[in-house]
Amino acid sequence: MSKDSLFAKKNMKLLSDPLDDNNPITVQVLGICSALAITVQLKPAVVMALSVLVVLSVANVVVSLMRHMIPSRIRIIVFLVVIAALVILVDQVLKAFVYDVSKELSVFVGLIITNCIICGRLEAFAMANPPGKAFLDGLGNSFGYGIILIIVAFFRELLGAGTLYGYPVLEKLGVYDLGYENNGMMILPPMALVTVGVLIWWQRARNEKLIEKN
Amino acid sequence: MDVNKNSYTFGFAAVMVVVVAALLSVAAISLKPFQSRNILLEKKQNILSSVGINIDREEADIQYSIFVKEELVLNYKGEEVDGVAFDVDLQKELKKDKNLQSLPLFISEVDGKKQYIIPLRGKGLWGPIWGFISLEDDLNTVFGAVFDHKSETPGLGAEINQPFFEDPFSGKSLFDGEELKSIKVIKGGAGEDNMYGVDGISGGTITSDGVTDMLLERLTMYLPYFNKIKPTIEVNSVFSAMDSVATVNDSLIN
Repeated sequence: MSKDSLFAKKNMKLLSDPLDDNNPITVQVLGICSALAITVQLKPAVVMALSVLVVLSVANVVVSLMRHMIPSRIRIIVFLVVIAALVILVDQVLKAFVYDVSKELSVFVGLIITNCIICGRLEAFAMANPPGKAFLDGLGNSFGYGIILIIVAFFRELLGAGTLYGYPVLEKLGVYDLGYENNGMMILPPMALVTVGVLIWWQRARNEKLIEKN
Repeated sequence: MDVNKNSYTFGFAAVMVVVVAALLSVAAISLKPFQSRNILLEKKQNILSSVGINIDREEADIQYSIFVKEELVLNYKGEEVDGVAFDVDLQKELKKDKNLQSLPLFISEVDGKKQYIIPLRGKGLWGPIWGFISLEDDLNTVFGAVFDHKSETPGLGAEINQPFFEDPFSGKSLFDGEELKSIKVIKGGAGEDNMYGVDGISGGTITSDGVTDMLLERLTMYLPYFNKIKPTIEVNSVFSAMDSVATVNDSLIN
């Protein structure tokens, strides 16, 4: 396989598909648990998205490289070991260099291990495709996951706390003086579900491929 | 090669485990210095925060050396013993017999006033809780308090590290005459005139009780030291009162 074929149109679809047509959260409805838990503020959402990006793309490549060596009877265990090792690495690096964020994410970093998107991609894609493609698939899916996380966190932080990335946007704009108040409800987990629901609604109304014909 | 043979499966698993273990050990050891530094700076940051100085972690080192004037290690009789207070690990000390524990104490000075900072550690619902409480130089009035936890329930017990829980501690009293009342975290609210209690957290009763127990247990350990230095503090405050009377007199004369 020559190198340039990696960026052929077909392969680019691996990157772009999960962003919209085959989004892991809004279309496959995977990884919802973490999408609800860490979208109260933008910062943890961004860090979570980046952590998943690293873990998923590296895990995809590693498993793809080993795909002919992995005994099929213990393949799920192998996936878990690869993912767990990467997650521990990410956790250790966060603790060393972005301590506050790691405290905030605390258990959620560990929960990347149980993020079904990752196991799903390893089983469905990395086991059957060469490393280059697996890498693109990993990138694509974590972008698809991350973009939803960030959109949800954007609305929840803005409407719930009046800040963006910790910066008091609404206060600077002076909307509180006009009688506006933060909606505390946005901070609670149910509103994450509602926000994701609205996103799915909007996406399905707009994207013809996703409209189901009954 | 048949990758589905039993012997191959076992071999693969064994090799994989060894490789992953080696990799993670290397990472853990090489990142350890950075992680320890963060934990150390966070401790300094927490100590400072208990006397109302809130700063970035990166500044903690410098600010700590400016505000914290003395670090003492005490024994159960309230006598000073050798040791570095900052390095005393309460987790280990609490497992020892009461008579063998080392008690760290930090003395800071903010705006010309002394504070005595006592490190705390106790049990929450799911794991350890800890913090620092600072006393004014009458050794009775609470100057401030900070708490933190390892794994209390988010939104309930975990709220002990929030200002709405910590702030009401300042201004409360520890002693009723000679008797140590400590400060109780009271379920359902403490009432504004209660000098020995603060509001508990709804749904976080066990963690709140943990804070109450931790305060009483730790403060009791420092009683011998308090009793020892109290007379000198009273003498000093009489002197300073006389000073201020003298200044008033001076200003009247002038």
